[in-house]
Amino acid sequence: MRARLAWLWLLAAAALTGAGLAAGQYAAVLHKAVRICLECVGIG
Amino acid sequence: MDNKKRFTIQALAALVQNANLKGFFTGRIYTGAAKGVCVPGLNCYSCPGAVGACPIGSLQSFLGARPVRIPYYVVGLLVFFGALLGRAVCGFLCPMGWLQELLHRVPFPKKLRDFKADRALRKLKYLVLALLVVLPLFFALTPFFCKYLCPAGTLAGVLLTLADAAVRPLLGGIFAWKAAVLLATVVLSLMIWRPFCKYLCPLGAVYGFFNRFALCRGETDADKCVRCGKCAAVCRMGADPSKDPNDPECVRCGDCVRACPTGAIRMGFRMK
Repeated sequence: MRARLAWLWLLAAAALTGAGLAAGQYAAVLHKAVRICLECVGIG
Repeated sequence: MDNKKRFTIQALAALVQNANLKGFFTGRIYTGAAKGVCVPGLNCYSCPGAVGACPIGSLQSFLGARPVRIPYYVVGLLVFFGALLGRAVCGFLCPMGWLQELLHRVPFPKKLRDFKADRALRKLKYLVLALLVVLPLFFALTPFFCKYLCPAGTLAGVLLTLADAAVRPLLGGIFAWKAAVLLATVVLSLMIWRPFCKYLCPLGAVYGFFNRFALCRGETDADKCVRCGKCAAVCRMGADPSKDPNDPECVRCGDCVRACPTGAIRMGFRMK
Protein backbone atom coordinates (compact mmCIF):
# COMPACT_ATOMS: atom_id res chain seq x y z
CA MET A 1 0.00 0.00 0.00
CA ARG A 2 2.75 2.44 1.02
CA ALA A 3 4.90 1.50 -1.94
CA ARG A 4 1.93 2.03 -4.23
CA LEU A 5 1.54 5.51 -2.79
CA ALA A 6 5.25 6.16 -3.35
CA TRP A 7 4.96 5.03 -6.99
CA LEU A 8 1.96 7.31 -7.47
CA TRP A 9 3.93 10.23 -6.09
CA LEU A 10 6.84 9.33 -8.38
CA LEU A 11 4.43 9.37 -11.29
CA ALA A 12 3.17 12.77 -10.14
CA ALA A 13 6.81 13.91 -9.86
CA ALA A 14 7.45 12.86 -13.46
CA ALA A 15 4.32 14.69 -14.63
CA LEU A 16 5.21 17.86 -12.69
CA THR A 17 8.82 17.86 -13.85
CA GLY A 18 7.71 17.23 -17.42
CA ALA A 19 5.19 20.08 -17.24
CA GLY A 20 7.88 22.36 -15.82
CA LEU A 21 10.35 21.43 -18.54
CA ALA A 22 7.70 22.03 -21.20
CA ALA A 23 7.04 25.46 -19.70
CA GLY A 24 10.72 26.36 -19.94
CA GLN A 25 11.31 26.29 -16.21
CA TYR A 26 14.67 24.51 -16.51
CA ALA A 27 15.97 27.57 -18.35
CA ALA A 28 14.51 29.87 -15.68
CA VAL A 29 16.32 27.96 -12.93
CA LEU A 30 19.54 27.82 -14.95
CA HIS A 31 19.35 31.56 -15.66
CA LYS A 32 19.11 32.27 -11.92
CA ALA A 33 21.66 29.68 -10.79
CA VAL A 34 24.53 30.73 -13.06
CA ARG A 35 24.71 34.12 -11.38
CA ILE A 36 25.86 34.76 -7.83
CA CYS A 37 22.70 35.18 -5.80
CA LEU A 38 23.35 38.34 -3.81
CA GLU A 39 20.49 37.66 -1.40
CA CYS A 40 21.71 34.13 -0.70
CA VAL A 41 25.28 35.14 0.08
CA GLY A 42 24.13 38.09 2.17
CA ILE A 43 24.98 41.03 -0.07
CA GLY A 44 21.58 41.97 -1.50
CA MET B 1 24.93 0.10 7.11
CA ASP B 2 27.41 1.44 9.67
CA ASN B 3 28.08 5.11 10.26
CA LYS B 4 31.46 4.93 8.49
CA LYS B 5 29.79 3.89 5.24
CA ARG B 6 27.13 6.57 5.67
CA PHE B 7 29.87 9.12 6.36
CA THR B 8 31.64 8.08 3.14
CA ILE B 9 28.40 8.46 1.16
CA GLN B 10 27.84 11.90 2.73
CA ALA B 11 31.39 12.98 1.85
CA LEU B 12 31.03 11.73 -1.73
CA ALA B 13 27.63 13.40 -2.10
CA ALA B 14 29.08 16.71 -0.87
CA LEU B 15 31.99 16.34 -3.29
CA VAL B 16 29.78 15.47 -6.28
CA GLN B 17 27.47 18.42 -5.58
CA ASN B 18 30.50 20.71 -5.22
CA ALA B 19 32.71 19.29 -7.93
CA ASN B 20 33.74 22.70 -9.31
CA LEU B 21 36.80 22.62 -7.06
CA LYS B 22 38.69 25.35 -8.92
CA GLY B 23 35.86 27.72 -7.99
CA PHE B 24 37.02 27.61 -4.37
CA PHE B 25 40.28 29.23 -5.44
CA THR B 26 39.09 31.59 -8.16
CA GLY B 27 35.78 32.69 -6.60
CA ARG B 28 34.07 32.03 -9.95
CA ILE B 29 30.92 29.93 -9.80
CA TYR B 30 30.14 27.10 -12.22
CA THR B 31 27.90 28.15 -15.11
CA GLY B 32 27.38 24.90 -17.04
CA ALA B 33 24.10 23.24 -18.00
CA ALA B 34 24.01 21.09 -14.84
CA LYS B 35 23.34 24.27 -12.87
CA GLY B 36 19.74 24.11 -14.04
CA VAL B 37 19.21 20.78 -12.27
CA CYS B 38 18.15 20.84 -8.62
CA VAL B 39 20.21 18.85 -6.14
CA PRO B 40 18.29 17.07 -3.36
CA GLY B 41 19.83 18.85 -0.35
CA LEU B 42 20.61 22.32 0.88
CA ASN B 43 23.58 23.33 -1.27
CA CYS B 44 23.58 26.97 -2.34
CA TYR B 45 24.12 27.51 -6.07
CA SER B 46 26.24 30.52 -5.26
CA CYS B 47 28.77 28.28 -3.53
CA PRO B 48 31.94 28.42 -5.67
CA GLY B 49 31.95 24.61 -5.88
CA ALA B 50 28.27 24.02 -6.62
CA VAL B 51 27.47 22.27 -9.91
CA GLY B 52 23.70 22.07 -9.33
CA ALA B 53 20.93 24.31 -8.07
CA CYS B 54 19.54 24.42 -4.54
CA PRO B 55 15.82 23.53 -4.75
CA ILE B 56 14.83 26.26 -2.30
CA GLY B 57 16.97 28.86 -4.05
CA SER B 58 15.57 27.74 -7.40
CA LEU B 59 12.12 28.79 -6.29
CA GLN B 60 13.40 32.37 -6.41
CA SER B 61 13.20 32.23 -10.20
CA PHE B 62 9.43 32.22 -9.80
CA LEU B 63 9.15 35.13 -7.36
CA GLY B 64 7.34 38.19 -8.53
CA ALA B 65 5.83 36.62 -11.64
CA ARG B 66 2.37 37.91 -12.58
CA PRO B 67 0.30 35.87 -13.08
CA VAL B 68 1.77 33.61 -10.41
CA ARG B 69 3.89 30.83 -11.95
CA ILE B 70 3.70 27.47 -10.22
CA PRO B 71 7.25 26.03 -10.11
CA TYR B 72 6.28 22.61 -11.50
CA TYR B 73 9.86 21.71 -12.37
CA VAL B 74 11.30 22.36 -8.89
CA VAL B 75 8.28 20.88 -7.08
CA GLY B 76 8.44 17.83 -9.37
CA LEU B 77 12.07 17.22 -8.48
CA LEU B 78 11.36 17.71 -4.75
CA VAL B 79 8.49 15.20 -4.97
CA PHE B 80 10.79 12.81 -6.85
CA PHE B 81 13.52 12.94 -4.20
CA GLY B 82 10.91 12.78 -1.43
CA ALA B 83 8.94 9.81 -2.79
CA LEU B 84 12.14 7.93 -3.54
CA LEU B 85 14.21 8.66 -0.43
CA GLY B 86 12.19 10.65 2.12
CA ARG B 87 14.53 12.05 4.75
CA ALA B 88 17.30 9.67 3.72
CA VAL B 89 18.19 12.74 1.61
CA CYS B 90 19.01 14.53 4.89
CA GLY B 91 20.94 11.58 6.33
CA PHE B 92 22.96 10.73 3.24
CA LEU B 93 22.96 13.45 0.59
CA CYS B 94 22.68 16.89 2.20
CA PRO B 95 26.06 18.66 2.58
CA MET B 96 24.62 21.01 5.23
CA GLY B 97 23.49 18.03 7.32
CA TRP B 98 26.89 16.40 6.94
CA LEU B 99 28.63 19.60 8.01
CA GLN B 100 26.53 19.75 11.18
CA GLU B 101 27.31 16.10 11.93
CA LEU B 102 31.04 16.80 11.52
CA LEU B 103 30.78 19.72 13.91
CA HIS B 104 28.91 17.59 16.44
CA ARG B 105 31.89 15.20 16.51
CA VAL B 106 34.05 18.00 17.93
CA PRO B 107 34.39 17.50 21.69
CA PHE B 108 32.30 20.02 23.61
CA PRO B 109 31.61 20.18 27.38
CA LYS B 110 27.82 19.98 27.00
CA LYS B 111 26.10 17.77 24.43
CA LEU B 112 22.33 18.24 24.54
CA ARG B 113 20.04 15.34 23.70
CA ASP B 114 16.67 16.22 25.20
CA PHE B 115 15.56 19.56 26.49
CA LYS B 116 12.22 21.12 27.26
CA ALA B 117 11.58 23.15 24.12
CA ASP B 118 12.94 20.51 21.72
CA ARG B 119 9.59 19.09 20.54
CA ALA B 120 7.97 22.52 20.15
CA LEU B 121 10.98 23.93 18.27
CA ARG B 122 10.75 21.13 15.69
CA LYS B 123 7.48 22.61 14.45
CA LEU B 124 9.37 25.76 13.45
CA LYS B 125 10.59 24.19 10.21
CA TYR B 126 7.00 23.86 8.98
CA LEU B 127 6.46 27.56 9.70
CA VAL B 128 9.70 28.37 7.90
CA LEU B 129 8.50 26.38 4.89
CA ALA B 130 5.09 28.05 4.86
CA LEU B 131 6.04 31.63 5.70
CA LEU B 132 9.56 32.05 4.34
CA VAL B 133 9.50 29.76 1.28
CA VAL B 134 5.94 29.19 -0.02
CA LEU B 135 4.27 32.49 0.88
CA PRO B 136 6.77 34.70 -1.00
CA LEU B 137 5.99 32.73 -4.17
CA PHE B 138 2.40 33.90 -4.12
CA PHE B 139 2.87 37.42 -2.86
CA ALA B 140 5.98 38.38 -4.81
CA LEU B 141 7.94 39.10 -1.67
CA THR B 142 11.63 38.87 -0.94
CA PRO B 143 13.07 35.33 -0.81
CA PHE B 144 13.00 35.46 2.97
CA PHE B 145 14.58 32.07 3.66
CA CYS B 146 17.54 32.60 1.36
CA LYS B 147 18.02 36.21 2.34
CA TYR B 148 17.70 36.01 6.10
CA LEU B 149 18.07 32.44 7.28
CA CYS B 150 19.91 30.02 5.02
CA PRO B 151 23.35 29.21 6.51
CA ALA B 152 24.39 27.39 3.31
CA GLY B 153 24.16 30.67 1.40
CA THR B 154 26.18 32.48 4.06
CA LEU B 155 28.82 29.79 3.88
CA ALA B 156 28.88 30.32 0.11
CA GLY B 157 29.29 34.05 0.79
CA VAL B 158 32.18 33.42 3.16
CA LEU B 159 33.91 31.16 0.61
CA LEU B 160 33.38 33.70 -2.17
CA THR B 161 34.73 36.45 0.04
CA LEU B 162 37.82 34.43 0.84
CA ALA B 163 38.44 33.67 -2.84
CA ASP B 164 37.55 37.08 -4.29
CA ALA B 165 38.64 40.24 -2.47
CA ALA B 166 36.40 42.37 -4.70
CA VAL B 167 33.33 40.99 -2.90
CA ARG B 168 34.46 42.11 0.57
CA PRO B 169 33.52 45.83 0.33
CA LEU B 170 29.97 44.80 -0.65
CA LEU B 171 29.25 43.05 2.62
CA GLY B 172 26.87 44.88 4.92
CA GLY B 173 24.23 44.48 7.58
CA ILE B 174 22.45 41.52 6.01
CA PHE B 175 25.71 39.64 5.77
CA ALA B 176 26.40 40.40 9.44
CA TRP B 177 22.96 39.01 10.36
CA LYS B 178 23.43 35.92 8.21
CA ALA B 179 26.92 35.39 9.59
CA ALA B 180 25.37 35.45 13.08
CA VAL B 181 22.85 32.78 11.98
CA LEU B 182 25.70 30.69 10.55
CA LEU B 183 27.73 31.13 13.73
CA ALA B 184 24.72 30.14 15.84
CA THR B 185 24.28 27.03 13.65
CA VAL B 186 27.94 26.15 14.12
CA VAL B 187 27.88 26.63 17.91
CA LEU B 188 24.57 24.80 18.31
CA SER B 189 25.89 21.95 16.15
CA LEU B 190 28.65 21.43 18.69
CA MET B 191 25.96 20.83 21.33
CA ILE B 192 22.98 19.44 19.41
CA TRP B 193 22.96 16.87 16.62
CA ARG B 194 21.83 18.61 13.38
CA PRO B 195 20.08 21.62 14.96
CA PHE B 196 19.30 23.32 11.64
CA CYS B 197 17.77 20.12 10.22
CA LYS B 198 15.70 19.57 13.35
CA TYR B 199 14.34 23.07 13.82
CA LEU B 200 14.59 25.21 10.72
CA CYS B 201 15.23 23.37 7.46
CA PRO B 202 12.29 23.66 5.03
CA LEU B 203 13.66 20.74 3.01
CA GLY B 204 13.48 18.60 6.16
CA ALA B 205 9.82 19.59 6.45
CA VAL B 206 9.15 18.60 2.83
CA TYR B 207 11.01 15.29 2.97
CA GLY B 208 9.53 14.49 6.42
CA PHE B 209 6.11 14.46 4.78
CA PHE B 210 7.28 11.68 2.44
CA ASN B 211 9.00 9.62 5.15
CA ARG B 212 5.96 7.44 5.86
CA PHE B 213 5.60 6.08 2.36
CA ALA B 214 8.83 6.79 0.46
CA LEU B 215 10.34 3.76 -1.25
CA CYS B 216 13.23 4.04 1.23
CA ARG B 217 11.58 3.46 4.59
CA GLY B 218 11.75 1.60 7.87
CA GLU B 219 9.94 -1.41 9.26
CA THR B 220 9.66 -2.72 12.81
CA ASP B 221 8.78 -6.38 13.25
CA ALA B 222 6.32 -6.34 16.17
CA ASP B 223 6.93 -10.05 16.82
CA LYS B 224 10.66 -9.55 17.24
CA CYS B 225 10.46 -6.27 19.18
CA VAL B 226 10.96 -6.78 22.93
CA ARG B 227 10.16 -3.12 23.81
CA CYS B 228 13.58 -2.64 25.42
CA GLY B 229 13.65 1.02 24.35
CA LYS B 230 17.25 0.88 23.10
CA CYS B 231 16.27 2.22 19.67
CA ALA B 232 14.59 5.30 21.13
CA ALA B 233 17.52 5.81 23.51
CA VAL B 234 20.10 5.96 20.70
CA CYS B 235 18.01 8.03 18.28
CA ARG B 236 19.59 11.46 17.96
CA MET B 237 16.55 12.84 16.17
CA GLY B 238 14.31 12.00 19.12
CA ALA B 239 12.19 9.38 17.34
CA ASP B 240 10.99 6.08 18.74
CA PRO B 241 11.43 3.54 15.93
CA SER B 242 9.71 0.78 17.94
CA LYS B 243 6.50 2.79 17.71
CA ASP B 244 7.03 4.53 14.40
CA PRO B 245 9.99 3.56 12.19
CA ASN B 246 8.90 6.22 9.68
CA ASP B 247 8.73 9.22 11.99
CA PRO B 248 9.01 12.47 9.96
CA GLU B 249 12.12 13.29 12.01
CA CYS B 250 13.99 10.09 11.06
CA VAL B 251 16.94 10.78 8.73
CA ARG B 252 17.69 7.05 8.26
CA CYS B 253 21.05 7.17 10.03
CA GLY B 254 20.55 3.53 11.06
CA ASP B 255 21.60 3.94 14.72
CA CYS B 256 18.39 2.18 15.84
CA VAL B 257 18.98 -0.75 13.48
CA ARG B 258 22.41 -1.32 15.00
CA ALA B 259 21.15 -0.85 18.58
CA CYS B 260 18.26 -3.31 18.29
CA PRO B 261 19.26 -6.54 20.11
CA THR B 262 16.73 -8.67 18.21
CA GLY B 263 17.10 -7.26 14.71
CA ALA B 264 13.48 -6.10 14.70
CA ILE B 265 14.15 -2.86 12.82
CA ARG B 266 14.97 -2.78 9.13
CA MET B 267 15.64 0.20 6.90
CA GLY B 268 15.99 0.22 3.16
CA PHE B 269 14.13 0.21 -0.12
CA ARG B 270 10.75 -1.53 -0.19
CA MET B 271 9.48 -1.79 -3.75
CA LYS B 272 6.17 -3.41 -2.76
